Amino acid sequence: MTDQLADSAEKLFTAHAGKAVLGAAEQGVFPQPLWDAVVEAGFTAALLPEEAGGFGATVAEAMGLLRISAAYAAPVPLGETMLAGWLLARAGLAVPEGALSIAPVRTKDRLTLTRDGDGWTLTGTATRIPWARDAAAIAVLAEGPDGPAVALLPKGSFTVAHDRNTAHEPRDTITVEATLPAGAVALANTTAAQLRAAGAAIRTVQMAGALSRVLSITIGYVQTRVQFGRPIGKFQAIQQNMAILAGQSAAALAAADNATDALAGTLSPLLVGSAKARAGEAASIGAGLAHQAHGAIGFTQEYDLHYVTKRLWSWRDEFGNEAEWNALVGRAALEAGPDGLWPLLTAA
Amino acid sequence: MQALTFAPPPPPNDQTEALRHEVRDFLAVELRDRPAQKRAESWSGGDPAFSRKMGERGWLGMMWPKKYGGHERSALERYVVLEEMLAAGAPVGYHWVAERQSGPNILKNGTQAQRDLILPRIARGELCFCIGMSEPDSGSDLAAARTRAERAQGGWLVNGTKVWTSSAHKADYMILFCRTGAKSDDDRHAGASQFLVDMKQAQQGGMTVRPIIDMHGEHHFNEVSIEDLLLPEDALLGKEGDGWKQVTGELAFERSGPDRFLSSFTLLVELVRELGPAAPERAAVAIGRITSHILALRRLSRSVAGMLQNGEDPALQASLVKDLGNSLEQEMVEIIRLLTDAEPTEAEGNPPYSVVLAHLILTAPSFSLRGGTREILRGIIARGLGLR
Repeated sequence: MTDQLADSAEKLFTAHAGKAVLGAAEQGVFPQPLWDAVVEAGFTAALLPEEAGGFGATVAEAMGLLRISAAYAAPVPLGETMLAGWLLARAGLAVPEGALSIAPVRTKDRLTLTRDGDGWTLTGTATRIPWARDAAAIAVLAEGPDGPAVALLPKGSFTVAHDRNTAHEPRDTITVEATLPAGAVALANTTAAQLRAAGAAIRTVQMAGALSRVLSITIGYVQTRVQFGRPIGKFQAIQQNMAILAGQSAAALAAADNATDALAGTLSPLLVGSAKARAGEAASIGAGLAHQAHGAIGFTQEYDLHYVTKRLWSWRDEFGNEAEWNALVGRAALEAGPDGLWPLLTAA
Repeated sequence: MQALTFAPPPPPNDQTEALRHEVRDFLAVELRDRPAQKRAESWSGGDPAFSRKMGERGWLGMMWPKKYGGHERSALERYVVLEEMLAAGAPVGYHWVAERQSGPNILKNGTQAQRDLILPRIARGELCFCIGMSEPDSGSDLAAARTRAERAQGGWLVNGTKVWTSSAHKADYMILFCRTGAKSDDDRHAGASQFLVDMKQAQQGGMTVRPIIDMHGEHHFNEVSIEDLLLPEDALLGKEGDGWKQVTGELAFERSGPDRFLSSFTLLVELVRELGPAAPERAAVAIGRITSHILALRRLSRSVAGMLQNGEDPALQASLVKDLGNSLEQEMVEIIRLLTDAEPTEAEGNPPYSVVLAHLILTAPSFSLRGGTREILRGIIARGLGLR
């Protein structure tokens, strides 16, 4: 992405995603000024093709914006709105304004479309839906009579039971029994596996952003915290751990770039899956090292570190944890066999 | 905090993928009868005849100017050849060091005569190089090197001892790191230089190479003692006193390639063969994890290749690739051994899988030692992070 775009994102989140906003969001206050600024800047449309309302940004630029938002732990549904727009645009449906989300996100949850006169009825329950309570509409990948279909479900046409992740981001249960006009539904052009892969790509990019922030917070801390008469970063034990943390951050960024390539291309399950798993592992190792370096202060509500580490601890599990994706990747490797394994990797 | 950013790697194109298939076709024929236990040697296994064949194909010195026998191809094309060779377990060890770092060093720092003499021969796969850096009292601490070259009538008179010198018994040339001046109080890296040493001549005039057998029973290392060896004036490589700078310039080439994360790849291939497609879930997850690590590392490593081609100095990024890569190479052995009930052994008559497993168990400790220890790499990374 261009430096200019990155700078404008950094400025926006610095101005609007400060400590008070993050703290209030944990208490359930939606950060409307932040969200308005994100929408105003056009970030929510960054992943959309121009004909669907996008501004011609590349997928890499859109993911760059998302990565920066995650580095600031911005408590807004930017990734989800991008993902919903992606799903709607692939189905040829218009993308509405406002905060959006997608459903279902858990593999066992099902929403079903049945014909109802000229229109449709959508029924079912979906759990762990990100930001459902704040969404103006939810893009649903439903099972229809003719195969997977996308339905645009506006606010008010479903009930929401609050739930959350470890970072207090909304992960709600929605229950739907809604009548929808014909124009709100279209054949999906997207399978459940593809939506899951796209969601995994989004979370991979976010993890890379959050982990880069974990690194910078922690390096800053060990350079200033003095014990035994010197900054603790002068001790080799700390230096070695910081090098490991930097390595994990770099690996997560590489994984995010692989996931971005997949999202821009054919959504290779191998590329997305390996990326999600690798970034998830990096998140676990990196968050652990960061808290260890910080000692007690990093464990407090007052200090910023937890806003990013708590997100990492949920994002690594959302849209498939390391075990799920590694199993898929490993299965592909086993099926490729001894002579097909390397060609599989180079074609990913 | 220094920017630890990796530039986007050069993207593959039709040309690189055509080359990839050309290399695969070549390897399918050349390695048809190479057993798994030999493939497992990775870039420690060498064969001069194989290196010459690579030279004939134009796969050595690929990025160098044509006037030095090179082929003026891209970093990514060279990368494709490297990774295909390693993944297939090709015997690339004879030319590896020469092509990876000695050639680029000579290209950058050598005299016209040195370039004309050496580079075309490396590109033809005719030369094996060794690196004379470590000494009995100078391992990770290279600045403690005591081998000294003094100006003398007709050139330089060298005295000292090098140790852990891989391939010194086979090499045509050594790039020797030694003291030519004094360290200064504020710069202990000052006063060092590099020399291009003709090994055959040297061994007739004051250099003695003695084997050091490793715990695996193999002869890679040597001790090289140097007593009143007279090197000609024109053996100096680069500028007198610039030895440290030149050595650190080699490190990005030395530490960032696919040789830093594919050393155990043959074991993964043999595991997949051993388990078959119906492997248990536990094995699929473990194999997937290894694969996920390889895919991320491959991106980082290709990124460094692109940065090197663009003339950047990715020494820090290279250290990071090597640290992550070596950890994976070693971890792979420990993960994979738990996925079957095979016991490791290299004794004849045992199945290839057991032999490859034993080979990797017995060589893996070296992965995080050779080319810079894990601790040194992490120290370099910490310096890049602003902690030292």
